[in-house]
Amino acid sequence: MSDPLLDVRDLVVRYGRVTAVDGVSFSLAAGETLALNGPSGCGKSSTALAVLLLRRPAEGSVRFEGRELTALSESELRPLRPRMQPVFQDPYGSLSPRHRIRDAIAEPLKVQGRWDPDQGPARVAELLDRVGLDPAYGDRRPHELSGGQCQRAGIARALASDPRLLVLDEPVSSLDPSVRAGVLNLLADLQDDLGLGYLFICHDRAVVRHVADRVIEMREGRVTSG
Amino acid sequence: MKSEALLTVSDLRIAFDGVEAVRGLSFDVRPREALAIVGESGAGKSLTARALLGMLPRGATTSGTISPDLSTHRGRRISLVPQDALSALSPVHPVGDQLAAAVRSVAGVSRGEARARAVAALDRVGIPDAARRARAYPHEFSGGMRQRAVIAMATINEPEIVVADEPTTALDEERRDQVLGLLAEQRAAVGAALVLVTHDMDVVQGHADRVLVMYAGRLTELGPADEVLARPRAPYTAGLLASLPQHAPEGRRLPALRGTPPAPGALPPGCAFAPRCPLAAEACHTAEPEPRQAAGRLVACHRWEELPHPATELFLKERQPA
Repeated sequence: MSDPLLDVRDLVVRYGRVTAVDGVSFSLAAGETLALNGPSGCGKSSTALAVLLLRRPAEGSVRFEGRELTALSESELRPLRPRMQPVFQDPYGSLSPRHRIRDAIAEPLKVQGRWDPDQGPARVAELLDRVGLDPAYGDRRPHELSGGQCQRAGIARALASDPRLLVLDEPVSSLDPSVRAGVLNLLADLQDDLGLGYLFICHDRAVVRHVADRVIEMREGRVTSG
Repeated sequence: MKSEALLTVSDLRIAFDGVEAVRGLSFDVRPREALAIVGESGAGKSLTARALLGMLPRGATTSGTISPDLSTHRGRRISLVPQDALSALSPVHPVGDQLAAAVRSVAGVSRGEARARAVAALDRVGIPDAARRARAYPHEFSGGMRQRAVIAMATINEPEIVVADEPTTALDEERRDQVLGLLAEQRAAVGAALVLVTHDMDVVQGHADRVLVMYAGRLTELGPADEVLARPRAPYTAGLLASLPQHAPEGRRLPALRGTPPAPGALPPGCAFAPRCPLAAEACHTAEPEPRQAAGRLVACHRWEELPHPATELFLKERQPA
């Protein structure tokens, strides 16, 4: 068996004296969805932040594509970050209200020095199309989109970096029920086509059962099953 | 089951700056029943509930009737369980004092009697050591205890109707079932009817006797909850139910509704659901359907008789929304 995409061992995350994540281990293969499920405050989101190295874990190991991330400096992490992208719960909060959608999607490419002025706009249009948005939506700003459309734009922005891993933190929890199924279908299609690994954080058991290949239950910072 | 209505709403319309958000809604609330009002953002469900309480935002203009008008008896004959229990309580007064004040606002009882009732009410909702906890401030309560205190407050004056506006939206599943269970128990104890506002079809199961499904400010379907859930007759209800992951057929794709709910003021012509409806025909794009008696309930759909059961296939076939 080849290396897993993501391998987390004995992860500990602390905020001051509070231990939010206390010895969590799991691994995730490419093309696989691993769900983290549990009540509010169980440490799901802290685990997500630590996996992305947006919050340095106090202890433990995070191996991504075979490399140990916790040993790396910020500048060493930078070239790896595009390959692991977050998608957050609040679709409006994760896109700048002042930027047009196409600029928000182009931004990661520009930051990474991969923006090609000739090909770029076509790439943005392709990404919008990929997530089921008419490329004309690129001219709009987040408040001109519905919650579901905005979440699709957030996914397009994550895809712009050609990631291998998406860390999805409650990606459908603030969506209207009639819109939620469409976004879940989109995520399934993208995984099938691109072989992405999903770390899927969600408190809704029905959603988890539908999307996950494997489920880890958490409570008070620890894994209780899975 | 026929019984005298506790409250009757007729042709209720609620508008802001001339844009109608609730567009001619009629229904009744029956004694002791649990009526769920289900809808998505912008469906008008919260505004409808707020109208019953006389708590509409400033700038709202209304027409139609709500009879009897209980809004002048708020806190006594009708009460509210809000979504956010923390902001519903004053941070600067002990919880017991706030409950006692609620008692004294409607009943001519002594301070001591009001205090005793407050403690008894906290005890009834399962707050341990209620006499001592009554002296604590809301920030000293856990989130779950605050929810309990708010439910105690809403039932302490034995109202006829308790309105709960998304009481469980911010909660995880475990807490959700606890809160709904407690709410059911407390309102049954005082003989109150419940109007439960929610966007979550899943909440209706086991927690409501009847369900009113709203879309774009109108009634879509109204009937006994178990019958509506078992066999929806309006395509919107069917689509909502089919898209729930817990009802999903095996496989990766969920049945899904295309598009998004319309904003008030940007309604399509004809039936507001027609652009998203897999059954829509010509008539649906020209005339808005009125609620009619159908299959033991009210349904507002020109083509309800064409709706297959189960309707899952109808929504699986749909291409993804743009």
